[in-house]
Amino acid sequence: MSAVVKLHDIHKSFGAIEVLKGVSFEIDRGEVVAIIGRSGSGKSTALRCINRLETIQSGTLEVCGHRLDQPTLDLRALRQDVGMVFQSYNLFPHLTVEQNITLAPRRVKRLPNSQARALAQESLERVGLAEKIDCYPEQLSGGQQQRVAIARSLAMQPKVMLFDEVTSALDPQLTGEVLRVMETLAQGGMTMAVVTHEMTFARRVADRVIFMHQGRVWETGPGEMLENPQTPELQAFLSNGL
Amino acid sequence: MKYTFDFASLQEYWPEFLRGALMTLEMTAIATVLGMVIGVLCAIGRRGKRPWLAALCGAYVEVVRNTPYLIQIFFIFFGLASAGLKLPIFAAAILTMVFNVGAYTAEIVRAGMDTIHPGQIEAAEALGLSVPQIYWDVILRPALERVYPSLTGQFVLMMLSSSVTSQISAEELTGVANSVQSESFRSFETFIVVAVLYFLMAMLLKFAFFLVGQAMFPRRRRLGTPL
Amino acid sequence: MGGSFTVNHFLYLLQGVGWTVVLSALAFALGGVAGFGVMLLRTARSALLRRISFLYVQLIQGTPLLILLFVVYFGLGVVGIELPPLLAAGVSLMVYCSAFLGEIWRGCVESVPRTQWEASEGLALTRWQTLVDVILPQAARIATPPTVGFLVQVLKSTSLASVVGFVELTRAAQVVNNSLFTPFLVFGIAGVLYFALCYPLSRWSRSLERKLNVGRRQAA
Repeated sequence: MSAVVKLHDIHKSFGAIEVLKGVSFEIDRGEVVAIIGRSGSGKSTALRCINRLETIQSGTLEVCGHRLDQPTLDLRALRQDVGMVFQSYNLFPHLTVEQNITLAPRRVKRLPNSQARALAQESLERVGLAEKIDCYPEQLSGGQQQRVAIARSLAMQPKVMLFDEVTSALDPQLTGEVLRVMETLAQGGMTMAVVTHEMTFARRVADRVIFMHQGRVWETGPGEMLENPQTPELQAFLSNGL
Repeated sequence: MKYTFDFASLQEYWPEFLRGALMTLEMTAIATVLGMVIGVLCAIGRRGKRPWLAALCGAYVEVVRNTPYLIQIFFIFFGLASAGLKLPIFAAAILTMVFNVGAYTAEIVRAGMDTIHPGQIEAAEALGLSVPQIYWDVILRPALERVYPSLTGQFVLMMLSSSVTSQISAEELTGVANSVQSESFRSFETFIVVAVLYFLMAMLLKFAFFLVGQAMFPRRRRLGTPL
Repeated sequence: MGGSFTVNHFLYLLQGVGWTVVLSALAFALGGVAGFGVMLLRTARSALLRRISFLYVQLIQGTPLLILLFVVYFGLGVVGIELPPLLAAGVSLMVYCSAFLGEIWRGCVESVPRTQWEASEGLALTRWQTLVDVILPQAARIATPPTVGFLVQVLKSTSLASVVGFVELTRAAQVVNNSLFTPFLVFGIAGVLYFALCYPLSRWSRSLERKLNVGRRQAA
């Protein structure tokens, strides 16, 4: 199996604060990787580096064949290969669900309107919200908004999807519906990097778990490692119930 | 057509420019203080319990904000003169400035007072503070701190629009510029020089307001954050 | 000299109102186009463009409109371009509007959450596509009340065009007053006419803003 995401010795600072102190990991095609850790551990920053929302200071970073550490990077091509879902959904409030989903396919891929609507329909069916196609985001619950955000990302047919704490802003009962959608995606063979606080999800769905601590990959292993932490830091992290 | 700039022939007029600039600043300083007083009183009047007073203050604010300053100047200056009241030009100019900026100040201060949460006032009442004490300590001071940027911005704008008082022959910077340009026949250069002077005065005024703000609002000085 | 205020005087003032409206519309339209450019520069990615446009805005906002008017009027006259007063006033008001509108609109663009830019970026939209499809529609809602409010400012500012001899409402009032010497009456009427133009716009701007605030509170 070939790795589609390769991080090697990534360093990243915000001003004087070094957030990533030499992070390395790889994600294979079809693999689901959960990234866990305390807030401030650098897990979200690492994720945001993968689609160049943050630039790195040093190290090598390759995603779907795009070299992010090279000046020749074709940013838009990268963004078409990598989908991202955010904690705060970031739906466009002035557009309907359909328009939210079809905006990028129409503008970036020049899809004709009729095809775009069919695409929206199809993406919405995958997240179980086909009947909401003509709603505005504010008419939906948080969980539904997040599922639309996932559909919006899916409509670009990405090769890799990044999830940045996508359930952190949701009530427990709404969290479940979003996680179920993600689980279906995982079973469908999508390559996924998931920054999350949901340990049950990490254990059950992820092929591999990466525990980040103080800007480094501290411990990594299959989901079962959460039952049997090797480092005191992971143990402490898990016993805090976070 | 080719035009050669000649700023050199304006050199002899620099004491004139300075005199005009100082007068502009003097008028601005006086109008700021008086406008502040009028504005705060009017804002309190608008929130007060007397409907006639609130209506009066509201009408004053709306009339000033929806008519040009130049018309206000002509109305006050020529109007008073026609009624037999001949004010010195300096006093008349300041009168129009205060009349004008007082209304804008009232509106800004009122907006600031509206941001004070009713719970604040209830807490103060529960502590046994008197109405004037509540107004000063609990409403006005935080309100002024909150609107200080827009308030001072308004006073800078007033300094700039005081140039309009040259139309009733006030000898401030623009008035000076008018006489200089007609003597020197260097109109273009004169007004460029004056534009730069106004710009510098606006910067100076902003800086002065910044210092005043630092002195007046210890919370802002210590924390450096907007309230 | 002397005499009383007649219907003809009033019609003359109304004609002035017409020119005030024409000049305001001209200034607002030209200034709007230029202001859009200023907004683009103020939010540009290049720090140099941002700095230059910032300086432009500071310079225009730090100079009285009356001085700007004189600079344009005498400046263009001196380099041999004889501008009719309408155009001289129009050009200086355009410059004035461009700085203020550009700055108002910049604030509105920047008040759209940064995450909207990020989400669009993540969907591979270009900067221009993001601006046109995502940011501007949202910014426009926020921008409407202050833009209408600024229109009041423009209407009032056109009174300064009287100084270079353009016969709009204020100049017309001066002319009438010069023959009648009834300043309270004449300037009072002019004031009422200005008020009739400006007050509905002020009210409209405020009600738009209230609606916007209510909408936002519900969304939050």
